[in-house]
Amino acid sequence: MLDTASQASAPSRIQFVAHPCSGGDCTQGSASAYPVVRMDQTPAGTDFPHQSVTFPEGLALDCGRVLPSVTVAYRTYGALNADKSNAILICHALTGDQYVAEPNPETGRPGWWERVVGPGRAVDTEKYFVICANVLGGCMGSTGPRSAHGERPGALWGTDFPVITIHDMVRVQKRLVEHLGIARLFAVIGGSMGGMQVLSWAVQFPEMVFAAVPIAAACYHSAQNIAFHEIGRQAIFADPCFRNGNYWAEGVRPERGLAVARMTAHITYVSEEALTRKFGRKLQNAEGLAAFGEQFAVESYLQYQGSSFVQRFDANSYLTITRATDLFDLAGDHGGALADAFRTAKSRFLLVSFSSDWLFPTAQSRAMARALNHAAANVSFVEVQSDKGHDAFLLDEPDFHATLRGFLTGCAEHAGLT
Amino acid sequence: MSGEKKIRVDLALIAGMVQPGSRVLDVGCAQGQLIDHLTKAKNCDARGIEIDMEEVQRAIAHGLPVMQGDADTELVTYPDAAFDYVILSRTLQAVEQPREVLRQMLRISTHAIVSFPNFGHWSLRLQLLTRGRMPMTAGWNRMWYETPNIHPCTIKDFFALCDIDGYVVEDWLAADEQGLRTPWRRSPRLANLFGEQGLFLLRKA
Repeated sequence: MLDTASQASAPSRIQFVAHPCSGGDCTQGSASAYPVVRMDQTPAGTDFPHQSVTFPEGLALDCGRVLPSVTVAYRTYGALNADKSNAILICHALTGDQYVAEPNPETGRPGWWERVVGPGRAVDTEKYFVICANVLGGCMGSTGPRSAHGERPGALWGTDFPVITIHDMVRVQKRLVEHLGIARLFAVIGGSMGGMQVLSWAVQFPEMVFAAVPIAAACYHSAQNIAFHEIGRQAIFADPCFRNGNYWAEGVRPERGLAVARMTAHITYVSEEALTRKFGRKLQNAEGLAAFGEQFAVESYLQYQGSSFVQRFDANSYLTITRATDLFDLAGDHGGALADAFRTAKSRFLLVSFSSDWLFPTAQSRAMARALNHAAANVSFVEVQSDKGHDAFLLDEPDFHATLRGFLTGCAEHAGLT
Repeated sequence: MSGEKKIRVDLALIAGMVQPGSRVLDVGCAQGQLIDHLTKAKNCDARGIEIDMEEVQRAIAHGLPVMQGDADTELVTYPDAAFDYVILSRTLQAVEQPREVLRQMLRISTHAIVSFPNFGHWSLRLQLLTRGRMPMTAGWNRMWYETPNIHPCTIKDFFALCDIDGYVVEDWLAADEQGLRTPWRRSPRLANLFGEQGLFLLRKA
C-alpha cells in the first residue's frame, strides 16, 4: 500500500545479496547482480497470540469442502451499547489485517485505517463499537493455509487449503458477529476487497446490515484485475523456494516471487499521476549508469514495497485470497443481472469511488449504484476527486472522510442511535 | 441544514404539493435542502440526484441520500413506480432531452413536480422585440453561447407538451423570480405573460 511519500525516501532495504534459497533446485547463482529481496528470519504467519475465537463446528464452503474448525482473529474498539445496536464491522482489503486502529503487535506497523477509525474519526470509536476480523485464508491469526491441515493430522494446509470465496469470508464474520451477541450490525464498511465483503454481507444477510459502505469496490473482478493477480501468482509459483507450497517444511520462503507479486499489484494501487508526481524519472543513483539494479527512484520504491511486504505476508495466503477475489461476481451469482442480486438488499448504501482509481474504476461503482436504484434500494454514490489511485481510500482524503462521517451520522439518526 | 428552518420559498411551494410520508426523488437536488425538509418536516423517504460532485458530497456529508448522476442518463435506471413524486426544480430547461426526462419521471413515479423559468414572460418578449437580441434577465442571465439552459420554453408551451403526451395537470401555478406565488393562477394566458416561473404537478392520464 502506498502509505506516505516518506516511505519512498526511506532507506531502501533491498540489498544485492545472493539468492536466499539454498535448495538444490535453485538455479540462481550467488554471483547474481540482480537485486534480491533479503531473507528475513521472522516469517509471516507465525504463532503470535492474536486475539481470536474458534468455532469447532467448522464451516461448509462454497467449493463444497468443509473446514472442520474455523478460527477468527479479530479486534474490537469502543464499547457496545446496551441494546447492541452500535456495532460497525470493518472489512479489510487483500493484504490488510484486523489491526485497523492500532499498531499490529506482530509487525509493528500502524493500524491500516487509523485515519478513518478511532476516537473522533469518521468511524468514531467513542460512538460506535468497531469490529475488524482477519479474513478466512489470511495469515494474521485466522484459519488459512498456514493452519493445521483439517484432514491430515500433523500437517499444515499449504496449497491444499480449500478454494474459498468472499462469501465464505463473510459467513465466518457472521459467526463472529453472532458470537459477540450482535443481531444486527449498524454498518459494514470496507474498501477494495473489503468492499466486496460489504456487498456480500448486504446480499447474503440483508437483515443484519443497516448501512453498507463499499468503497473503491466492484461487484466482480474484471479480466484485467484477474490478469494482474495471475502475474503475481505465477511469480510465486516460479520462485524455486515455493516448493509446491510446502516451503515452511523446508525452512525457506518464496520471497522473490511474493515480492514481485506485490510490486505488480502495487502498481495497480497507484495512479500514473501519483507515480509521476512522486518519482517522475528521478534517478536513484546519480553517480553512474547501471544496466540493472536501482537506476530509477521508482524502482527502488517498488522494491521497498516488495521487500517490506514479504516480512508480513504469507505466500500461500496471498494465493488463496487473490483467488477468492477473482471468483467474486455478484451478478454472475444471479444469472448475470446485478439488480437481481440486490433485490433482497435492505441496507442504506454509500458507494464511494476515486477519480484516478483504475483498478476499481468509478464506472464500476456507478454500475452498482444503478443496479441498486433498479432494485429501489436507498443508495448514495459519490466519486471523490483524487490523483492517488486505488490506494486513496487508505490515505488522507478529507472529502471522503467527511462524506463517510456524514453518511454514518445520517444513518444513525434513521436507526435511532443517539 | 435543518428541516425546521425556513427553506427557499420556491422549494416551499414544491414541498406544499407533496403528501406527507411519500417516496420522493429530487432530480437536481443540489445540497439537498428540499429532501432534508421533506424528510424531517413531512416524514418522506426522500432521495436526490445531483450532477455536481461537490454538491453531492455536501449532501451526503449532511446525512442525505444523494447519488451523483445526470437526469438524462440516471432516471432510466430506476424501476417503474418506485416513487410517489419525482421533482425537477428549475432543471427541465437544462437537460438534453426534456420530453424523455418527463416521460421517465412519470414512468418511475406516480406524480411529477416540474418547475422551470418561463420564457414567455413579458420582459423577455419585450427585450427580444425591441433589441432583437437574446434577452437577459435575473432568471435568464447567461449569454446564449454559454447558457446551460438549452431548452427554454413558455408556460403555454409546457401545457401543450402535457397535452400531446397525455399528462394530467393536477395543479399548476406561476411564481415570480423569488418563487412567490403570483395571482395569475386562473389564467394560463396571463400567467404566461406575467409569471417568471411555472410550477406543475403532473400525473399520467
